[in-house]
Amino acid sequence: MALLQISEPGMSAAPHQHKLAVGIDLGTTNSLVATVRSAMSTVLQDNHGHALLPSVVRYAPDGSIVVGHEAQAQQSADPINTIVSVKRFMGRGINDIADRAHIPYKFVSNSEAQTAKTLQIETRAGLKSPVEISAEVLKVLKTRAEKSLGGELVGAVITVPAYFDDAQRQATKDAARLAGLNVLRLLNEPTAAAVAYGLDNASEGNFVIYDLGGGTFDVSILHLSKGVFEVLSTNGDSALGGDDFDHRIYCWVLDKVRESNKQLTPLTEGDTRLLLTKARQAKEWLTDNFEAQIVCRLSNGILVDVTLTADQFVEITQHLVTKTLAPTRKAMRDANLDVEDIQGVVMVGGATRMPHIRHAVEDYFRQEPLTNLDPDKVVALGAAIQANVLAGNKSDDDLLLLDVTPLSLGLETMGGLVEKVIHRNSTLPIARAQEFTTYKDGQTAMSIHVVQGERELVSDCRSLAQFVLRGIPPMAAGAARIRVTFTVDADGLLSVSAREQSTGVEAHIEVKPSYGLTEDEITNMLKASFSSAEADKKARMLAEARVNAGAIISSVTAALAADGDLISEAEQNAIKAEVDRLQTIAAADDATAINQAVDALNHATEAFAAARMNASVSHALSGKAINSLEM
Amino acid sequence: MSSVHTEYFQLFALPEKFDIDTKLLETNFRKIQSASHPDRFVSATAAEKLASMQLATLSNEAFDTLKNAASRAKYLLERQGINAVADTNTALPLDFLMQQMEWREQLEDAKAAKDIETLDKLYRELRVESKTLEAELITLFDDDKDYTAATEVTRKLIFIDKVCSDIQQAIEYLD
Repeated sequence: MALLQISEPGMSAAPHQHKLAVGIDLGTTNSLVATVRSAMSTVLQDNHGHALLPSVVRYAPDGSIVVGHEAQAQQSADPINTIVSVKRFMGRGINDIADRAHIPYKFVSNSEAQTAKTLQIETRAGLKSPVEISAEVLKVLKTRAEKSLGGELVGAVITVPAYFDDAQRQATKDAARLAGLNVLRLLNEPTAAAVAYGLDNASEGNFVIYDLGGGTFDVSILHLSKGVFEVLSTNGDSALGGDDFDHRIYCWVLDKVRESNKQLTPLTEGDTRLLLTKARQAKEWLTDNFEAQIVCRLSNGILVDVTLTADQFVEITQHLVTKTLAPTRKAMRDANLDVEDIQGVVMVGGATRMPHIRHAVEDYFRQEPLTNLDPDKVVALGAAIQANVLAGNKSDDDLLLLDVTPLSLGLETMGGLVEKVIHRNSTLPIARAQEFTTYKDGQTAMSIHVVQGERELVSDCRSLAQFVLRGIPPMAAGAARIRVTFTVDADGLLSVSAREQSTGVEAHIEVKPSYGLTEDEITNMLKASFSSAEADKKARMLAEARVNAGAIISSVTAALAADGDLISEAEQNAIKAEVDRLQTIAAADDATAINQAVDALNHATEAFAAARMNASVSHALSGKAINSLEM
Repeated sequence: MSSVHTEYFQLFALPEKFDIDTKLLETNFRKIQSASHPDRFVSATAAEKLASMQLATLSNEAFDTLKNAASRAKYLLERQGINAVADTNTALPLDFLMQQMEWREQLEDAKAAKDIETLDKLYRELRVESKTLEAELITLFDDDKDYTAATEVTRKLIFIDKVCSDIQQAIEYLD
């Protein structure tokens, strides 16, 4: 479409230049990177031919950071410094971790109020946040992609569980930025899977994506029609996954060992990790076999030798399978669909290989689930397709994803109750405003507490942010009108603003909930990672500012040439004046001044951009040829 | 927000009526999203991103309002300067209020008895009731232009929607 091309400044210079963009599935157990090459979405492999990178990070004694298979191999020998399944801790505080006793890490929580929500893990390399640990995994995938594709990436689509809340999404985005990735979009994992599946099979109709990963469960219901992937509803459990099945086996093995060894001394962290690894292997083995033998020697010399049958495995884990069906029913109700309305059920995530899961899903939907795409790879493949579209490589824009917010967002009102402002399963992007008022006469400040969740009591929901709106003019109780606006962008990330509006006295605040890392901290960490001289940094900043300036100048000039007649001559001249000003400033060596002039030009073109957007929408609706807009 | 498309029916190129072509609403919604969604403007200028975000947000809001019968009716009344849910707008016929109390009682009883099946049945019953009211609204809005009568029926529809969402919440809680 012509309008998209206008917004792609690089296109006119080199129209056929393929931009390197990747999709990354940052998984609990394994992570993958994929890209679209010769119109095919492909998973990229490492030097040894491995597509899956175990999401395991080890802080080694020699100060190096080891990621992947090599780190995984050391997890029993060095459990405290080898972090597995870190995704479970993203955007989480210590109190959110239910089974802390079974996890070998030393968790630390900062006592300061603002950071108490996010935990850290003590390693020999110092305190590490889940964001930093995840960034190590992402760095390896970034390097793999750049080596494999032979160039710098313009950006990446990172997938997140659909049921991730705001804190978990923000943490994931922070990790990607920390890894030096330009995040084109956070994409929900089931939606990514639907893209890979739907495009592959040219499907139309209602589809269910049942996604049981290592540590998270998502179920999404989508309507597919002519390249539009519309999420109707999503539900899930962000703390339920294949790991829990391992853990059940682990507990079962311990019970067995205790039966024969009455005085079982406490297990070491290495023992725990070893038994969990054996449990995972047994689970995988039972996918195709009737029984699995678990043999290993604990550090105290006790030999573990037990056999788990497939039936026993089903018995000890059936409650976990059942646990996935409640969110599935909720999603179906929210989508307002019956089982008969479903054209296909796509299985995603390695854990869906377990036969009793497939049976449970088949029983519920009364149809055999679709497993023709590798459940480990389908998310990354879909993310790569979306990254290719977002980077502007696809000339036809047939693919459109309309996703939803998984959890309701609201505010705390008197009595610790939640007033929902945005309901779950609202299509993104969304902005909703609601008015609130004061409780006491003469009240001049208001504490605004933002929460996420479905329950009526604040204490049952997740607290996202708390801020104070001051400067409300003193009035009788109930007279003030405080308008609170919630905005959720296409990444599913929230920002909140509040304004007192009965008197016109400005009392305005805008916040993005922050978790752990601030903008400055990320910038500093990134800067520290380029161990270059001050002069180099300045040169890079100037170069970046000039690239930005050049991009916006060519974009605005092209837009004026194509659609200038949408605004008055005076308005056109005002924009041209800003363009000229920016051109002059960009020739000088002051990066800050260039960035300011870019902002000024952006501001000057807001009304013009809105007019073009309206014109583009009118054209889309009237179905008229848009050749007149072609550059 | 720019002034051109702040009116919901106009945004979707639909006539301002209660009886709308929902297929066309959906088709046009997807066309608008396709032209304005932030995914189309990932590497655009900040001004273009802002315009995209605003229009995509507006069309989501407008689509939500028009696709649901109760909110569509409420919106049509707003266009006539009538606030269907204003505190002053409390009049509802006695028989409907009695009926509503009865539904509420059934809901509470089924909830206490943890009886999902009865809740489901009640839900379907109310949906049938909604359909009857929607048919009435077509005549009142589109033929008679009787906004006073339409206000009363709209209020009934909003009440039923509320009971329905409470039923769904109860089912969810029990499930």
